[in-house]
Amino acid sequence: MFDVTLWAGLRPLADNQKVVRVQARTIWELLRKLEERYPGLAGPIKGEVAVSVNGVIYRNDWSQKLPEGAEIMLMRRLAGG
Amino acid sequence: MSFDAAYQSKPFNSVGTRPLRPDGVDKVTGRARYGADFNMPGQLVARVLRSAHAHAKIKSIDTSRAEAVKGVKAVVTATDLPDLTDGDPALFAVLDNCIAREKVMYDGHAVAAVAAIDENAAKAALQLIEVDYEILPHVIDVDAATLPDAPVLNEAIFTQGVEPTPTTPSNVANRSEFGHGDVKVGFAQADFVVERSYKTEQTHQGYIEPHACVASCNPDGTAELWVCTQGHFVYRQICADLLGLEASKLRVTPSEIGGGFGGKTHVWAEPVALALSRKANRPVKLIMSREEVFRASGPTSATSIDVKIGAKQDGTITAAEATLRYTSGPYADMWAELGAMTSFACYDLMNVKTVGLEVVVNRPKVAAYRAPSAPMAAFAVESTIDELAQKIGMDSVDFRIKNAASEGTQSSYGPVYGPIGIGPTLEAAKAHPHMSAALGENQGRGMACGFWFNFGGQTCTDLNISADGTVTIAVGTVDVGGSRASLSLIAAEELGISYDCIKAVIADTSMLGYNDMTDGSRGTFSTSMATISAARNAIEVMRQRVALMWEIPLEDVYWEDGHAHAAGTKHGNRAPLSVKDIAAEAANTGGPIAGHSELVADGAGVSFATHICDIEVDPETGSSRVARYTVIQDAGKAVHPSYVEGQYQGGAAQGIGWALNEEYIYGEDGRLQNPGFLDYRIPVCSDLPMIDTQILEIPNPNHPYGVRGVGETSIVPPLAAIANAVSNAVGVRMAHIPVSPPRILAALNDAKD
Repeated sequence: MFDVTLWAGLRPLADNQKVVRVQARTIWELLRKLEERYPGLAGPIKGEVAVSVNGVIYRNDWSQKLPEGAEIMLMRRLAGG
Repeated sequence: MSFDAAYQSKPFNSVGTRPLRPDGVDKVTGRARYGADFNMPGQLVARVLRSAHAHAKIKSIDTSRAEAVKGVKAVVTATDLPDLTDGDPALFAVLDNCIAREKVMYDGHAVAAVAAIDENAAKAALQLIEVDYEILPHVIDVDAATLPDAPVLNEAIFTQGVEPTPTTPSNVANRSEFGHGDVKVGFAQADFVVERSYKTEQTHQGYIEPHACVASCNPDGTAELWVCTQGHFVYRQICADLLGLEASKLRVTPSEIGGGFGGKTHVWAEPVALALSRKANRPVKLIMSREEVFRASGPTSATSIDVKIGAKQDGTITAAEATLRYTSGPYADMWAELGAMTSFACYDLMNVKTVGLEVVVNRPKVAAYRAPSAPMAAFAVESTIDELAQKIGMDSVDFRIKNAASEGTQSSYGPVYGPIGIGPTLEAAKAHPHMSAALGENQGRGMACGFWFNFGGQTCTDLNISADGTVTIAVGTVDVGGSRASLSLIAAEELGISYDCIKAVIADTSMLGYNDMTDGSRGTFSTSMATISAARNAIEVMRQRVALMWEIPLEDVYWEDGHAHAAGTKHGNRAPLSVKDIAAEAANTGGPIAGHSELVADGAGVSFATHICDIEVDPETGSSRVARYTVIQDAGKAVHPSYVEGQYQGGAAQGIGWALNEEYIYGEDGRLQNPGFLDYRIPVCSDLPMIDTQILEIPNPNHPYGVRGVGETSIVPPLAAIANAVSNAVGVRMAHIPVSPPRILAALNDAKD
C-alpha cells in the first residue's frame, strides 16, 4: 500500500485529497486504480502526469515496479528546452 | 522496458575521448543543409501577414484582391485551418497561435498567408489583404496584467488552483503551490530575514537560424515536410492533428539546426505552410525573417518574483518563501509552475513554500527556453541567498554549502533526492583558484547555483553493420549539440570498434519508430541508452553467426574487446573474430546484421551547477565587462568532454546575454520596438572571456554508463551570478534583469541621492 501525493491541480479531481492510499505493483496499476477511483483524473493521467518514485521521475515508463515503502508523487509532465 | 539501464562501473576506451565531430566538415565548408537550403520542383514562396495590433478583434478579412495578384497561387486564413483540436486547449492554443481566429493577441500574430511564384508577388498580395480590426485594450507587463482594472484577455480564463474557483475571469490562469513544513514557524525562528522583489524581462532563445520549412501536400493525402526542428516526430504529430492528416502519411525530414534552445520544440509556421501547399497543390517554402522570429516565435517569460528567506546566526536557513509571476503570452501554460518547482531545489529546507502564478499578456506565446523558467527563479533566490549571507556575515559559498541539498533531502518540489551533485559543485567552487583570485578596480565577484530536472523519453534507434564491418546508426533525436559524435563514441565503446568506423545519421519519420524531441537535455542521455541496447542486440546476432561459423553452441561464444571468443579450453584454439570478420560472412550466415532498440529512457537524474563570475563596471557609464567566468557542473559521465564543455560554455554565454543586455522592449502601443539583433543585443565573441569549465562526474544510477543530461543546467546560474557580481561591484543590490548599463547607472545615481 502506497501513500500517493497528488499535485495541487489534481486534488479537486480526487475529492480534494492531497494524499491517496493505493495498492499497486507497477506505475501502470497505480494509475489505473487511481483512475477507477477518481474518473476525473482520467484526463490528466493521459498525457499530463509524471510519476516520481523515490525521487526518480518517470514520464513514460509505466512498467516500473514500485519498491516496497516507495515515496510516490504525481507531478506535472515537465517541459524542457 | 526490458533493457537494464542500471549503472555499471567499467573502464572506457572510446567514451571520454575527444574525436572530431562527424558533421564538422560539412558545417565549416557550407555543405550542411539547414532549413532554408532545401528546394523542390515547382516550389512557391510563402509570406505571412501579421497583426500590428497587440490586441484586437478580427471583424473580417477580405483576401479577394490578394488572390487576384498575378502569380499568387493560394491565400489562407484561419478558415483554411479549421479547428480539429477536439477540445484540447493546449493544441487549440498552438492552432490559434499559428493563425489567429477571432482575435489577434499580440503584435506579430499571424492572420493570413500567401503562396506565390516569387517573393515580389507574395509581398504585393500581402499588402492587398484587408483586415478589419476592432482594437481592444492591451496589457504587456506581468504585474499590470494581474491588477483588477487590467484588460482581460480571455473571458473563459478563471484562475485554476484556487478554491473555490473564482466566478470572474482573470489574466491569472493558474495558481500552483509547492513546499513543506510551516514557513511562519520557520521565520519566527530566524535571526535574520531578507525579503526582496525582483523582475526579469522577456528574452528570446536567439537561435541564429530562423524558422524555415518546405511543405508539400499531395492530393492523395500524403505530405512531406522538410523543416528545421528539435523534434520531427512531434512536429509530424502536431501538424497531422491540425491538418487532419494521417501521421504515417506525413513524412517529416529534419534539417541541420542552427540553434534551437527550446524554441524549435514548438510549431509556428509549419501548419500554415502545409495549408498553403494543400490549397495551391504545389510545394511551399516558408522562411521567417528575423523580425518575424522575434515578434512571433519563441520567447521566454517575463517575470516578477518576491522572495523571503530567513536564517539563524549560524547560517541555517529556517524558512524560505517565494511568489513567482510568469507571463505565458496569451495562452495559459505552466511556466510559473516550473519556476515554483525549481526555485529552492538546491537547498535542504525544513520550511519552504512557493507559489506560481501563470499570467496571460499580449505578448507572443512563450516557448521553452533551455531549462525553462529556472534561470529567473534562480536569479531571485540566489540573489536573496547572497544578500542574506552578507547580512549574517558568512562567506556566500560556505552559506550555500551549509544549506545544500544532498541524498535523502526532501526537495522543495516534493520528492526525496537520490545521489545529487550540488554539494560537490559547491565544494569544487570553494576550492577553485577563481574563488580566491584577486579582484581589480571596479570589479565584483558573484557566484550562484542552479538546478534543472532533465528528462528522457521515447527513443528508437537502428544500428546496421555493413559487409565491410563499418557501422551506421540511425537515430531519431535531432543533433543540436554534437550528439552524432557522442552516440558514435557510445556505439564504438559497446561494439569495441574504432569511432572512425561509425556513421551516425538522423533518420526521418518514415524510417524509424517514434522519438520524443531533443529537449530536456535528453538527446545523448536517451539515445545513448537506445544505442547501447541496439549494439548489444547486434552483438547477440553476431554471437549467433559465430556459433554457426565455428559449429559450436551459442553459449560457448562470448564477446570481449570487439571480438567473438570461444569459451573454455574445448574451443580455445580458435582465433577471435572481429566485427569485420563476422560481417564479411553475413550473407551466408543469415543475412544482414543489425541491432534495433525501442525504449523509454526514464530516470534521467536531476542536475546541478555552480558558477563563479567577475564583472568590471564602469561607474561613469554603467557599462560592464565579464572579466572571468567559471562553470562547474556534474555530467554524470562526459561522453565527449569537448561537447560537454561546449554546452557549459554555451549556456553560460546565453545566460550572460540575458543577464546583461537582452530584453524585449514594448512601446505604449503594445508593439515590439527591437525585433532585430541590432537593437536586441546578444553577446558576441568579443564580449566574452574564455569561459572556464570544470566537469564533475557523479554517475547517474539510471544509465549504463552513468550519463546525465548536460544541455540546460548551465543557463540557470548566470543571471544570479552576474547580478551578484554587479551588486558586489557597485555596492547596490541589482534586482532587475537585465542589469544593462542604464539600469546600473540609475542604481548608482539613486544610491548617491
